[in-house]
Amino acid sequence: MLLHLFRRIGLVIPTFLGITVLAFFLIRLAPGDPILLLAGERGVSAERYEQLRIQFGFDRSLWVQYWDYLTSVLSGDLGVSVVSKTPVLTEFLNLFPATLELATVAIIFAVLIGLPAGVLAAVRRNSLFDYAVMGTSLVGYSMPIFWWALLLVLLFSVNLGWMPVAGRLDFMYDVEPVTGFMLVDTLLAGDGEAFRDALHHLVLPAIALGTIPLAVIARMTRSSMLEVLREDYVRTARAKGLSPMRVVFKHALRNALIPVVTVIGLQVSVLLTGAILTETIFSWPGIGKWLLESIYRRDYPAVQGGVLIVASIVIIVNTFVDILYAVINPRIRRR
Amino acid sequence: MRKTLALFALLSLAQTPLLASAGSTLVYCSEGSPEAFNPQLATSGTTFDASSRQIYNRLVEFEIGTTNIGPGLAERWSVSEDGKIYTFHLRKGVKFHTTKYFTPTRDFNADDVIFSFDRQRKKDHPYHSVGGAIYKYFDDMDMVNLITDLKKLDDYTVEFHLARPESPFIANMAMDFASILSAEYGDQLMKAGNPERIDLDPVGTGPFFFRRYEKDAFIRYRAHPQYWRGREKLENLVFAITVDPSVRYARLRTGECHVMAYPLPADIPAMKKDPALVVTSQPGLNVGYWALNVTKKPFDDVRVRRAMAHAINKAAIIEAVFLGTGQAAKNPIPPTIWSYNDAIQDYDYNPERARALLKEAGLDGGFQTDIWAMPVQRPYNPNARKMAEMIQADLKKVGIEAKVVSYEWGTYLQKSREGEHQTILLGWTGDNGDPDNFFGPLMSCAAAKTGNNRARWCDPEFDKLITEARMLSDKAARTRLYEKAQEVVHRELPWISVAHSIRYQPSRSSVKGLKIDPFGGIYFSGVTVE
Repeated sequence: MLLHLFRRIGLVIPTFLGITVLAFFLIRLAPGDPILLLAGERGVSAERYEQLRIQFGFDRSLWVQYWDYLTSVLSGDLGVSVVSKTPVLTEFLNLFPATLELATVAIIFAVLIGLPAGVLAAVRRNSLFDYAVMGTSLVGYSMPIFWWALLLVLLFSVNLGWMPVAGRLDFMYDVEPVTGFMLVDTLLAGDGEAFRDALHHLVLPAIALGTIPLAVIARMTRSSMLEVLREDYVRTARAKGLSPMRVVFKHALRNALIPVVTVIGLQVSVLLTGAILTETIFSWPGIGKWLLESIYRRDYPAVQGGVLIVASIVIIVNTFVDILYAVINPRIRRR
Repeated sequence: MRKTLALFALLSLAQTPLLASAGSTLVYCSEGSPEAFNPQLATSGTTFDASSRQIYNRLVEFEIGTTNIGPGLAERWSVSEDGKIYTFHLRKGVKFHTTKYFTPTRDFNADDVIFSFDRQRKKDHPYHSVGGAIYKYFDDMDMVNLITDLKKLDDYTVEFHLARPESPFIANMAMDFASILSAEYGDQLMKAGNPERIDLDPVGTGPFFFRRYEKDAFIRYRAHPQYWRGREKLENLVFAITVDPSVRYARLRTGECHVMAYPLPADIPAMKKDPALVVTSQPGLNVGYWALNVTKKPFDDVRVRRAMAHAINKAAIIEAVFLGTGQAAKNPIPPTIWSYNDAIQDYDYNPERARALLKEAGLDGGFQTDIWAMPVQRPYNPNARKMAEMIQADLKKVGIEAKVVSYEWGTYLQKSREGEHQTILLGWTGDNGDPDNFFGPLMSCAAAKTGNNRARWCDPEFDKLITEARMLSDKAARTRLYEKAQEVVHRELPWISVAHSIRYQPSRSSVKGLKIDPFGGIYFSGVTVE
């Protein structure tokens, strides 16, 4: 087990280095000079251009720039945004709680609905319910988030007026940001109404973001369940005369969940990429929107820093899930 | 009964603590996050809307909704005989904002003016390099070379010494970068060792003071109780940052915002039909043009340039590209700018005439050329690609084969500045409402050298007219010169002015007093919500 742990963590280091290379060079490969973009139609004189290049450090060779970047990243310095002139890490930490809050609610929504739906579909295989779950999840899986989110807004906010269109809290409430998690901050402020309003604002974005994971979880649970239900020990349990509920939940589900846990872990990257679109539609002040904006403006330090942190989060979560998988599934760690 | 009472008590308890204090609130769905809260450093209208237009004042100011200049922090001003010294007499009793992070001990005075300009002007000023030392508009308007000295005569009188007589100077002083910051606040921050906060936690003299900003989420302001023009009726102002235009519209419809920025042209007909909304409009202070590179054959021949003007169906192009949000242009300046020459008759759509002109120029066999199309949407041209394709089709009818060319935006601007194009679509948005702000940077011989003049056109007659107009301070005399300059442009046709965009400003009908700003910005001073 310990060996497995070390092997997994050992893999993280080269992956991390690879990401720094990608984050650094990819944005530079994209056409577009940040200084020219900053100057716009008015342009910038050759002399001023040179001055700015030196100021931003773009005059040195790419490799020197990369080496500088790598050493400062390793000492915990992600640089300063060209556009806002604030440290990238500060910007990230200010915005991340909003994304984390949204992603957490979205995955809870996905698991709460996806798991039972998958189990039920497997148990009632080939029933109308099964077809409905499979059909809906296929649609959910292939739905463009952008379009789906707008559709939700048009239906539930504009036409029915049940939900707010965008934002995290009504502007009537003025909540002091303490943790950056709106649900926590409203509770800390001791205002039940504001908490309910914050929750209300979370519903549509969480559905939009949680739909794809929901579909994936439902399908995975179903197929994993079906496999387990065919196992000998399930047949034995049935033969022993155990109640169907007991067979399904005690004997089958626990084993069926092992691959599902991995799939849930893998949804982290889906959630983070989906956040870019969801946050744009719902004016959600998180890192997805921030990254998109930084790419448009060729804000090199912000893009590099943002990509690096997001990728690191994905790596850490995946490593953690791998280890967890080994813990719950003893067959893996013995290999 | 007891249950109801308890419930009622609980509800009222829950309601009270967090509601923003009494007074009316206006929510504006803005299009993006500002770069900072200092207009001196800013390059985008988004930042000006969030800073200079609500928080700060300038020595002279545009009357909201017009391009006319009136007094601001200066009660009056005078110009010396030779046009090189401007004296500003400052207003007394103007209070800076009292905020969580700053309490002023004195009123606004000449030191604040010197502080605000010297930061941008002097490389050795302690604040010059704070925030990156990029003062884009100050540079663009050539203020570095224009202002040779800045003198404080007494606490309420300042003199600007200029290198040359330049009448647009007074209009420049009304621009956002000329906003006045507090010198006292600057000193205080410098002593505390965090001068960079000056650009993030703003202190001004304007109608609203800054309360809180959460990136990508909102900006909160409150009415400045001691505002020198009188306290605003509107108590709370909120910018709800909403990037997607469809979402802004949805928020406006549901009442989550009262005013929205930049509507989609496609949504405007529906907005106009909605009784809960009001849509006002005005031609924007901009021009979209099609420049012909006069240094390249065959566009060095004025007959060919005129043939181009006759060949394209301008009305059809504007209809298709602007979807009703554009107005045909016949001059390089929009009609909202003074000296606009309305007597000029635009070239009509006449392919026959175009062919005849080409024949006269010896080009009846047609020729090959290119049309550069911008890769980005701009107010003056929302779809350059489509415009280029329509021009291409029109040119084909008179026997010209044109290829549509495009590059990434930065490259596009750079390559065209170097003159690689034959014909190019581009445009301009005015800064200060002065005609020189269009003719100077876009059509002068100096601009032909720097490449900003995309036609690369240098006409001695035209250049003499605009240089002379720049030196005079008499508006009537300047108007005559600019009218003449427009005639020269019409005759020589270095570029074909295609359109001025029409700007739409949607708001809820409960909003009163909102004026549409010709510069494309938004001011909430004087606005109320019923």
